[in-house]
Amino acid sequence: MLAKRIICCLDVDRGRVVKCIKFLDPRDAGDPVELARRYNAEGVDELTFYDITASHEARNIMLEVAARTAEEVFIPFTVGGGIRTIDDFRAVLKTGADKVSINTAALKRPEMITEAAERFGSQCVILSMDAKRRTDASPDYPKWECYINGGRVPTDVDVVEWAQRGEGLGAGEIVLNSIDADGTMAGYDVQLCRAVADAVSIPVIASGGAGKPEHLHAALTEGRCEAALVASIAHFSTHPIAEIKSYLAERRVPIRPTAFPP
Amino acid sequence: MKPQIAIIDYGMGNLRSVEKALQRVGAEAGVIDSPEAAAGAKGLVLPGVGAFGQAMERLSEAGFDQLVKEWVTADRPFLGICLGLQLLFTESEEFGPVRGLNLVPGRVVRFRGPQYERQGDSPGLKVPHMGWNRLKVVRDHPVVNGISEDAMAYFVHSYYCVPDGADWTTVVTDHGMEFTSAVSRGNVFASQFHPEKSGDVGLQMLTNFVHLVDAPA
Repeated sequence: MLAKRIICCLDVDRGRVVKCIKFLDPRDAGDPVELARRYNAEGVDELTFYDITASHEARNIMLEVAARTAEEVFIPFTVGGGIRTIDDFRAVLKTGADKVSINTAALKRPEMITEAAERFGSQCVILSMDAKRRTDASPDYPKWECYINGGRVPTDVDVVEWAQRGEGLGAGEIVLNSIDADGTMAGYDVQLCRAVADAVSIPVIASGGAGKPEHLHAALTEGRCEAALVASIAHFSTHPIAEIKSYLAERRVPIRPTAFPP
Repeated sequence: MKPQIAIIDYGMGNLRSVEKALQRVGAEAGVIDSPEAAAGAKGLVLPGVGAFGQAMERLSEAGFDQLVKEWVTADRPFLGICLGLQLLFTESEEFGPVRGLNLVPGRVVRFRGPQYERQGDSPGLKVPHMGWNRLKVVRDHPVVNGISEDAMAYFVHSYYCVPDGADWTTVVTDHGMEFTSAVSRGNVFASQFHPEKSGDVGLQMLTNFVHLVDAPA
């Protein structure tokens, strides 16, 4: 039986991990490869590097980070942020990365999902989406809208419909970021998780809002996600990966046992 | 200097992680793009992701099919990974049937059945089988020495191997039913999972393989 995964997400700006508190005040949190190694040792199942570098010239720094990670950390990892072309895909995968996530570029040109899937296989094409609740929908029948450009620009595209279309185009997994929950540490948008997970057959990864082990449990059971992405909860070490895993294991969620019990 | 462990590059997927992982556990490992470059190597690794048919074509074009056949038949230390396991079999049904290297009698088939299909409220098991899953070692082999009972490894595949008879099966894994996730005989070991992406468990197996290369049975 496949284990439910805990994925650690690292936001990288010009080769350094930054952590933002409520979207403000980015603080330097260290060397990405160093942190990748630490989370690997703590038992995380997968890593995601998200490149938030604004300047295009600094993009190659992310490739160096990925290449160094592949030399030192032997678990699957994804690179996302600023991926626009098939050549970007190729450059990332060449470093030893396993998956590439796309967001804005896919919404602007959906065929890119198919082109990447045909070239490199669906398993390495991750469709990431930034979802925000529509304020005009009834709470009993909530709806979510896709945003692009780092969650700043609404698109009027329905999240559930886009997820289904993305699957049809060849995406291998969906990362579902809740803009409403992001940075709050008050829990994932479990309703959103469930709505998308029930609508597609590919794995859905919950993202945004994790603050306690209970939140992961909710996303992986009630929310029907295959994996949960964590950032702040791990960076601040309020709940180390091993503690989250013990919590899940005690509640009979199938997880990969960590080498070092807490 | 020629690599002690030669990793076959035949254009099927990225080999950097395999190379770095073997180097991490102390091997002198390097990628080779012609059979001649394997001269002097003591261990051979056949990795690969992608379609079976295309992989067989590329192996043959480069002459690697003969190299692998001779190597495995001579019982020299060999490690197959993912597609590198499947290619050892007689044939695959992926866009086929397509003939394989026929070193392990058996077939490569797709996960299919009601357990992989949506049933009402339940989405069914996923294909590709992607993620961490448990290894059940059913037969001793040096490469799986020290692998604990609850060990998990990383998988990414839609087709799985069905050996004729039970004499090759070394590890089994459950995904809707139990399937052969690694085979072995003598100094030959091949796995469906990716040791180079399986954390400490994978590095342990690669360490074991390097020992086998140093001192074959």
